[in-house]
Amino acid sequence: MALTLQEVSRIAHLARLELSSAEQTQMLEQLNGFFGIVEQMSAVDTSGVEPLYTPLSAVQAVELRLREDRVTETNQREAHQRSAPAVEDGLFLVPKVIE
Amino acid sequence: MSAPALIRGYEVVIGLETHAQLSTASKIFSGASTQFGAAPNTQACAVDLALPGTLPVMNKGAVERAIQFGLAVHAKVAPLSIFARKNYFYPDLPKGYQISQYEIPVVQGGKVEFVLNGQKKTVRLTRAHLEEDAGKSLHEDYQGQTGIDLNRAGTPLLEIVSEPDMRSSAEAVEYAKALHTLVVWLGICDGNMQEGSFRCDANVSVRKPGAPFGTRREIKNLNSFRFLQQAIDFEVQWQIDRVEDGLPIEQATVLFNPDTGETRAMRSKEDAADYRYFPDPDLPPLVISPAWVARVKTAMPELPAAMAERFVREDGLPEADAALMTQSLAFARFYEAVRDGCGTPKLAANWLMGEVSKRLNAEGRGIEAAALQPATLAALIRRVADSTVSNNGARQVFELLWSGAQTDVDAIIEAQGLKQMNDSSALLAIVDEVIAANAKSVEEFRAGKEKAFNALVGQVMKASKGKANPAQAGELLRQRLG
Amino acid sequence: MSTPVHDGLHTLGVAALARGLAAKAFSSVELTQVLQARMAQHAGLGAFLATNPDTALAEARAADAAIATGTAGPLTGIPLAHKDIFVTDFARSGLATTAGSQMLKGYASPFDATVVARLVAAGTVTLGKLNCDEFAMGSANENSAYGPARNPWDPTRVPGGSSGGSATAVAARLVPAATGTDTGGSIRQPASFTGITGIKPTYGVCSRYGMVAFASSLDQAGPMARSAEDCALLLSAMSGFDERDATSAERPPQDFHAQMLQPRAGASAAKPLQGLRIGLPKEFFPAALAADVNGAVRSALAELEKLGATLVDVSLPRTELSIPVYYLIAPAEASSNLSRFDGVKFGHRAAQHGDLLDMYKKTRAEGFGPEVKRRIMIGTYVLSHGYYDAYYLQAQKLRRMIADDFQACFQHCDVIAGPVAPTVAWALGQQREPLQDYLADIFTLPGSLAGLPGMSVPAGFGEGGLPVGLQLIGNYFQEGQLLHTAHALQQATDFHLKEPQL
Repeated sequence: MALTLQEVSRIAHLARLELSSAEQTQMLEQLNGFFGIVEQMSAVDTSGVEPLYTPLSAVQAVELRLREDRVTETNQREAHQRSAPAVEDGLFLVPKVIE
Repeated sequence: MSAPALIRGYEVVIGLETHAQLSTASKIFSGASTQFGAAPNTQACAVDLALPGTLPVMNKGAVERAIQFGLAVHAKVAPLSIFARKNYFYPDLPKGYQISQYEIPVVQGGKVEFVLNGQKKTVRLTRAHLEEDAGKSLHEDYQGQTGIDLNRAGTPLLEIVSEPDMRSSAEAVEYAKALHTLVVWLGICDGNMQEGSFRCDANVSVRKPGAPFGTRREIKNLNSFRFLQQAIDFEVQWQIDRVEDGLPIEQATVLFNPDTGETRAMRSKEDAADYRYFPDPDLPPLVISPAWVARVKTAMPELPAAMAERFVREDGLPEADAALMTQSLAFARFYEAVRDGCGTPKLAANWLMGEVSKRLNAEGRGIEAAALQPATLAALIRRVADSTVSNNGARQVFELLWSGAQTDVDAIIEAQGLKQMNDSSALLAIVDEVIAANAKSVEEFRAGKEKAFNALVGQVMKASKGKANPAQAGELLRQRLG
Repeated sequence: MSTPVHDGLHTLGVAALARGLAAKAFSSVELTQVLQARMAQHAGLGAFLATNPDTALAEARAADAAIATGTAGPLTGIPLAHKDIFVTDFARSGLATTAGSQMLKGYASPFDATVVARLVAAGTVTLGKLNCDEFAMGSANENSAYGPARNPWDPTRVPGGSSGGSATAVAARLVPAATGTDTGGSIRQPASFTGITGIKPTYGVCSRYGMVAFASSLDQAGPMARSAEDCALLLSAMSGFDERDATSAERPPQDFHAQMLQPRAGASAAKPLQGLRIGLPKEFFPAALAADVNGAVRSALAELEKLGATLVDVSLPRTELSIPVYYLIAPAEASSNLSRFDGVKFGHRAAQHGDLLDMYKKTRAEGFGPEVKRRIMIGTYVLSHGYYDAYYLQAQKLRRMIADDFQACFQHCDVIAGPVAPTVAWALGQQREPLQDYLADIFTLPGSLAGLPGMSVPAGFGEGGLPVGLQLIGNYFQEGQLLHTAHALQQATDFHLKEPQL
């Protein structure tokens, strides 16, 4: 299957990437080139196969490790906001959010 | 359920998604505090801010609370559940995705039961899943910009999803109240709705009876029972108007404006439709062993329904009284303490439903905030039971006990001279005086006028300055006039 | 600066330097100055993105003090540099963290990555941060926003990627060793291209906390150095359970150096690999494999046979499939991992923008390079509504089949061997099609998808005198056996000791 320009711009919007029409055209070519090699994958019968979301579960049961409910962090606002683009009164500033 | 009341000929269909903030000390995936009201971003640690290189680590306390809830609503606690990423861009969502549970939630199924005007209702639960809360956008102006406070980001939430089983805003509110009582009872949520600890999203649609479900609109973030009712009522009318006008209803996320009492579609959610869920590769599957579930079960408090049933069975309370005694765990414990102290369950219930509730409502407080101790109230009830003090007198004593300033019931009765006159000789003297002084009433009574008798009793009470025991006064009068 | 006594210090590896420091043959300060001079001299190689000479010297002085008072550890005073994908506490080190991206230009991390913190705690001296492909996405280091790194064997060639700066710095003898990360081959392939030794341990052996995430279910940190022995020394210090990484393997600290030296049962001095079965997947030796690579790899295998190992034929039938599988899974995870770069909390924000949506789109358009955008697009697409099952889910199922294929192989062999890459390092600056690079990852992707430990060991030289690496893949947590095998080879050969002429 091949993508269309409309799909490329829909995906770019979902990913919050501004792409010029030239970029979109090139992206379309490259994505379709890539999905060309993906097709072989679709042909394989994987019915009854469990997906391998985390590698070690190939050979052992992997369980989520849980931490005790304890407060371990202290206020580091200054250090944390050192690389923030826009801050005022300790708040991160962004263009007006319209709900 | 009984046939639903129709509105303008339409059946209302409501399902609720409730977000209960879990009462953990630290966040769901970080060691930052969940305390409410700190200065902006002072409780947003590196993980909460999604600083490059940070990773989530799951809070055991949040899982434990989810298990408690699952047991309390008779749901299946999933032995294995999966955390997934819900991807969308929003300034209060630091990672650009919310860690939630999608295909396999930790709590599956279950039901919540409650009573609405004397009728028992059951609302089925679809699921309840663990997820992280987002931060807050502060819309007051920063030169036309919005301020983002991420202190709340990462606070553990249990999202409780009901089936579309409710048929009126009243049912929705009762369900929400029952759920609220339950999570607070379990101690897994502080229930503070002003602070957003317990918020509801309402999915509302309308249809002609028997027709398939109509298109639903989701009203977001209702943080009071009143708003829940108002928002649903407005939405229902709005939807019926449109249908009547032959206009379609588009699925939408809407906001309720408490000032106007109206709902309107959100603009920011327009394109958020494609969340690209996938299992979070940072978090292996959550495994809950039967042994763990068993441990949690043994540590759980007796649930409201079971306790109410016990009060009916063992204390002989009417169901309505039992329901009121179990309105909260604190209230129930108070009732039990008073009951044990006075030995008369019904009287204990009466005082809690009467004087105590009246004051709590007036002061807008819960019983845990009351200065009055159960033992003190029990002592007073004992004095009413053994007729040391009349009900009126007891109410006066209660006034002084409520503030907590005084606690010695007998001392108050003495000091206020509220002790009932129970020795008959002294009372007999008064009775004779009254008969002598009220020949007319005596005549009328003998002529068969019961009212005249009441007047005489009144006179005796008056002459005794209210200390006489009315019952005893009546007896003596009848003897003398008999 | 470097007095005659210290000429050649730069040629020594970690183990030799540690012995010299312990014997007080030279000080960590002297060593650090020698290397700093060399770094300045060869800045043209583009290995470093950030240095902080003063803090490095301060660390060296502290190391010398520890050595003097006898409180030093095995790595105290050893100078290292870190791939710029590891965050470094700016307040401590004065080193920014960029992940090779415009998006993080000048980013000041408030904390150290666990791997960095452990190496600092071990007394190592941090010489700086090393160039890499943007967010570790690439196999030539040409996707760095801060310019390419060059291959010391031929500066017109690429050093490989994504850990290209690490490979360049170690191969050029600017540093004795460096950290790298490997998602689909990013330690092994540059190690192969530059004639050094690198190991990607089992997924979970090194903490991912503080590694700027590319693909969470694949990313692993590892050392890149001159020899298997040096890798073993570093890996022991870098690795270990970390409660801040839920995917970190819960096991006691490992002494990989001791495991490396542990003789095999029935082995002899002449035949240290006696009884070792080395599996050769036929899919790793296709007709298309470059002759020079094939020749070097075969000769290295012959050496291993001389050392007592036996070669057996095995098969990894889904080797070719691992390319689409990897290039669906890694971008899917990356598209989500990179969503946090939105211009709100840290990093780049477009100077000119309209509303919030426009700020997001321009910020990300400016902050990300072309390859990163491509992978975000692929990942967003395969996760989007209606495509998940056909792509992402199917890929994860095939991933398990690929992992199972390895377990089948390990029924017949102890270690799997083959080439790291189909060719030697290619020329810089030729506008290769992305797909061409993806296809070149074919031999490293299967092990990455399975989460298995893998090494690149110098195996000789090919076309243009460029290095060729032998890939060794072990079963889960068999790093010791890999290092033992590589060490035996390096006792018998001197490929790893060859230096590029700069």
